[in-house]
Amino acid sequence: MVKHSKVTVTLTVNGVQRTAEVEPRTLLVHFLRDELGLTGTHIGCDTSQCGACTVLLNGDAVKSCTVLAVQADGAEVTTVEGLGTLEALHPVQAGFWEKHGLQCGFCTPGVMMAAVALLKQNPNPTEEEIREGLEGVLCRCTGYQNIVRAVQYAAQQLASEGEPGEQVAATGGGA
Amino acid sequence: MASVFGAAVKRREDARLITGRGRYTDDVQLPGMLYASILRSPHAHARIKRIDVSAARAASGVVAVFTGQDLAGKMGLIPTAWLPPDSGIRTTAHPALAVDKVRYVGDGVAMVVAEDRYAARDAIDLIRVEYEVLPAVVDQEQALEDGAPLVHDDAPGNLAFHWKAGNATDEVFTQAEVVVRQRFRQQRLIPNPMEPRSAVADYNASTGELTMWLTSQNPHIHRLLLSGILGIPEHKLRVVAVDVGGGFGAKIACYPDEALVGFASLQLGRPVKWTEDRRENFMATTHGRDMVLDVELAGTRDGTLTAIRVRNVANMGAYLSTAAPGVPTILFGLIVPGPYRIPYAGVDVRGVFTNTTPTDAYRGAGRPEATYLLERMVDLFAREIGMDPVEVRRQNLIRADEFPYNTAMGLQYDSGDYEQALDKALAMLGYEEFREQQEKLRQQGRYLGVGVTTYVEICGLGPSQVAGAVGFQGGLWESATVRVHPSGKVTAFTGTSPHGQGEETTFAQIVSAKLGVPVEDVEVVHGDTNRIAMGWGTYGSRTTPVGGSALAVAADRVIEKAKKIAAHMLEVAEEDVSFADGVFSVQGAPSRQVTFQEVALQAYLAWNLPAGVEPALEGSAFYDPTNFVYPFGTHICVVEVLPDTGEVKILRYVAVDDPGPVINPMIAEGQVHGGIVQGIGQALWEGALYDEQGQLVSGTFMDYAMPKARFFPTFETAFTETPSPHTPLGVKGIGETGTIAATPTVVNAVLDALAPFGVRDIDMPLTPERVWRAIRNGRDGA
Amino acid sequence: MIPSAFAYERAESVEQALALLQASGGEAKWLAGGHSLLPLMKLRLSTPPKLIDISRIPELRGVARVGDRLVIGALTTHRELAAHPLIREQLPALADAARQVGDLQVRNRGTLGGNLAHADTASDLPAVAVSLGAELLVVTPDGDVVLPAEEFFLGPLVTAMPENGLLKAVSFPVPPGHTRGVYEKFPHPASGYAVAGVAVTAGVNADGVVDYIRVGVTGAADAAYRAKAVEDALAGRAPTQEALREAAARAADDGVIAGDAFASEEYRRHLCTVLAERALRRALA
Repeated sequence: MVKHSKVTVTLTVNGVQRTAEVEPRTLLVHFLRDELGLTGTHIGCDTSQCGACTVLLNGDAVKSCTVLAVQADGAEVTTVEGLGTLEALHPVQAGFWEKHGLQCGFCTPGVMMAAVALLKQNPNPTEEEIREGLEGVLCRCTGYQNIVRAVQYAAQQLASEGEPGEQVAATGGGA
Repeated sequence: MASVFGAAVKRREDARLITGRGRYTDDVQLPGMLYASILRSPHAHARIKRIDVSAARAASGVVAVFTGQDLAGKMGLIPTAWLPPDSGIRTTAHPALAVDKVRYVGDGVAMVVAEDRYAARDAIDLIRVEYEVLPAVVDQEQALEDGAPLVHDDAPGNLAFHWKAGNATDEVFTQAEVVVRQRFRQQRLIPNPMEPRSAVADYNASTGELTMWLTSQNPHIHRLLLSGILGIPEHKLRVVAVDVGGGFGAKIACYPDEALVGFASLQLGRPVKWTEDRRENFMATTHGRDMVLDVELAGTRDGTLTAIRVRNVANMGAYLSTAAPGVPTILFGLIVPGPYRIPYAGVDVRGVFTNTTPTDAYRGAGRPEATYLLERMVDLFAREIGMDPVEVRRQNLIRADEFPYNTAMGLQYDSGDYEQALDKALAMLGYEEFREQQEKLRQQGRYLGVGVTTYVEICGLGPSQVAGAVGFQGGLWESATVRVHPSGKVTAFTGTSPHGQGEETTFAQIVSAKLGVPVEDVEVVHGDTNRIAMGWGTYGSRTTPVGGSALAVAADRVIEKAKKIAAHMLEVAEEDVSFADGVFSVQGAPSRQVTFQEVALQAYLAWNLPAGVEPALEGSAFYDPTNFVYPFGTHICVVEVLPDTGEVKILRYVAVDDPGPVINPMIAEGQVHGGIVQGIGQALWEGALYDEQGQLVSGTFMDYAMPKARFFPTFETAFTETPSPHTPLGVKGIGETGTIAATPTVVNAVLDALAPFGVRDIDMPLTPERVWRAIRNGRDGA
Repeated sequence: MIPSAFAYERAESVEQALALLQASGGEAKWLAGGHSLLPLMKLRLSTPPKLIDISRIPELRGVARVGDRLVIGALTTHRELAAHPLIREQLPALADAARQVGDLQVRNRGTLGGNLAHADTASDLPAVAVSLGAELLVVTPDGDVVLPAEEFFLGPLVTAMPENGLLKAVSFPVPPGHTRGVYEKFPHPASGYAVAGVAVTAGVNADGVVDYIRVGVTGAADAAYRAKAVEDALAGRAPTQEALREAAARAADDGVIAGDAFASEEYRRHLCTVLAERALRRALA
């Protein structure tokens, strides 16, 4: 059996630098949840299908159940806790609230992070592009229709606010 | 008075959920917490000859390992709570960990408890189990055959129960002008709430209290059952289930795993957490549906339906799960005649043990299966007599002036205007225009089809006497407390346990409208047995019709008391006081008034109360409904079938549902959307597949096709609102209508599209290959 | 789902990576994006004692035109493949296929090298690689090795990769400027992988006959294959509807087609022909 050696991992999570000693096999999602107590990111499957664990890694959406914490060493991670605050919601969060884009809420953080990335790549998506862009997330409650509306709402908000890409970085720090 | 109905109030639960501040069970972190992992059987049927846990016990970080032998005498068996009467039901022993035999792939064999998740998982691989593999039986009809492997020695023939109901006789069918017959397979589905099951147990030896956070739809039922299993009195057992990530029926049951977590904490005196992974969820969380249905529908040449009967062979899996026996019997059988005037109906249901994961409720639970067969049969009947399927429906729908309507299965439908919903849906779609367009496109080699479903469902479970009569081991009334604080702010407690349905908001709307206080002034509390005395949970679309009714009654009791105090404050007789929009005023002198908040303060200061009135302002209700409620509606779907690949494209989907008066249209619409997608999921993609050895072939999201966003167009939804005469608010239910209606709607649409090929039936899910083959066989046959 | 324990080393250069592999006695596995390997490890179907992280090696990155070929670093992500101007212009079939891999999150993370080296039978990119005659550039302690894609994919998760080698880049011959490249896919509704996928790069000369045609098929067989029968049927012919249909009908001829729970062998054969026809139409329209 392999000796459970540890490695040092340093990440900037939601704008705050965090360092920990972890086993190399530690999944990023477990690092966030168990080491850092950021339980907003959820685990819904084992095979990289459901996307509940989606976070931003250096600004790109990734499934944190399929990334080792050590792979993210030195990177910037944004989780739902760093997306926006109740007082200053990210337009995607606002869209989900306004348009009833969530029911049980379990998939929601991951879906929202995927939506943030989708809008960064395509700020003005058609309904079809939104639905295609959500290929990497599963929601069992909403039937997706209000998620689509939420993303459309966010796209409009972001368009009226300016550059979508800067929003996330500006509201980091919720760790 | 401000209306309870119609306001699309944004959900208050969202504030925490969109900011990552929800607290689902796996989010609970406690000092000194241990983690559990469960070793599950890789065999569908095997004798356990030997288990060696020594290496696992010795592994670094491992605190304890339990096997079935270790539990004997220390922990009770897992119970079945729904025992349909006169069915000869056999509840066989279900230990939390297998002792002599494993009976399905996923059956628990041992539990490891370790210092962290990773150590617990590693130790699982160190347990050596010697199995003697036995022949397995997977299919329920094969399980009934002579010589089939026996799942339980004390259930001969693998028959778990045999239940019959109805008034249909052979004579009705032999004398009928037209009889159509068809066999349907309701494939097995995996409920797959996005949150896997999880439990955290924290036993405090010094107080003797055990706290359990559970992924539960019904924490009080879990407290009741776990109290018995673990031998800990109810007042020392607290179950918490506030944020639960979806259930769809799969979080009703009392599972071995959660009980084991409680057991481990009791044994070790430390908090223990267990969370299943998705693979375990596929194997060890209850499945849904899985019935083989032989149906006969009789009628006249001019389109009048006269009788229906069904033979149902239901796959119960390896053990009878908590509510499972009620699903293919009561919840299925009683609604078989649906929304039609069918004077004769009969069901014959056999529940069968097999070497598969136990089945139990899955969104709709029995009613989708009944609606599916009925709506498929109506289309086949229409085809048989050469009538438009919509006309057959219209001709047989119970008319608005016939309510309350007594059905052949002994139910009394409360209210409805079925034809109004049908007309509205047809108008939204433009049914006649579609038929013309369909014909034109067929000439061009394009195959479009339309499916129309008119349904009624039974929900709002339910009257306690009836629940008892149908074998549910508990009443299905509901509790509510409306506690007004001195400032006039309100806490509303409900024994229902919403997990995504939004009742923190809609229940606040009910109480706010009743009391005339701002909706922000009402907090709704649910999902904690220490805060709510008793309740029966959230399932079967009961939350609003039963739990909401309880709250309405409790709020009325608050008003009743407040009125006495207000009259005293206003120095008039109680009957001279009127109450509206949060203000008590003197009739005839409306400027003389006190606000609800002023009354609340006075109720607590209590130095100036009328004689005989106690201090404080609180109302409680234990509401027991007098009947079920019967939502209904019409769903219509238009599909296009691509003949080269067999793919089905959903072009339009129209849903008109009548859940009674709608409290929050935004939330109600969301319930419809989600239900439709699950219903279509069954029609087109979802299906659990076992091989002959009982291995679950579709055991991950890589194989089991969950509906995705890109599979759907925008749905067109609307409501009609027919109050129920017997609930205080007139409300019915909305949680399951989509799942009930959507499946036959889509399948009938596909079969309509394929009518030129003479296709009569395709097994669900209608995968591209199955559709392609049906077309090819049709072409060859033509 | 938790992988079994392993040791971890991060390589900063190709040379160091090879040395680390050698030091592990060949037991270690490469870790790039991890999107092929980690899912297997989480299911404990793969339990390597050591992972060597190659994701930060600069030599494995980059897209460059080298003579008449486009050389693409192994670490190039699917998203980069789909978006890179050079690839979109010169290898449109590759960009089209990369656009259809998995989902947004997976495309951000999964790499060209990882995808090809993993050799999942239902992976999209191998169809393009075999169709265009790509070469896999592998470095080993004994020197560089060039492996033609057509000889690389041997079976499910089995390749001709030398055990001591590291895939550095993939070199694609750039097809003539008058050709068009496309990828047509029938995704599995659950996994998103190809139940069948057909890559076509083709062009018509001034005389109106097909003078360049390359067809690759994935998903349907035990390994991605070049559909020579389709190419032969169409080369030198005018791309009439009938010619396309006849050629497409041979899309399953060159593979050992397999069935599974979702799609039988017969249906997969059929899908190959349907997708081939769609792809040929798009490429030669």
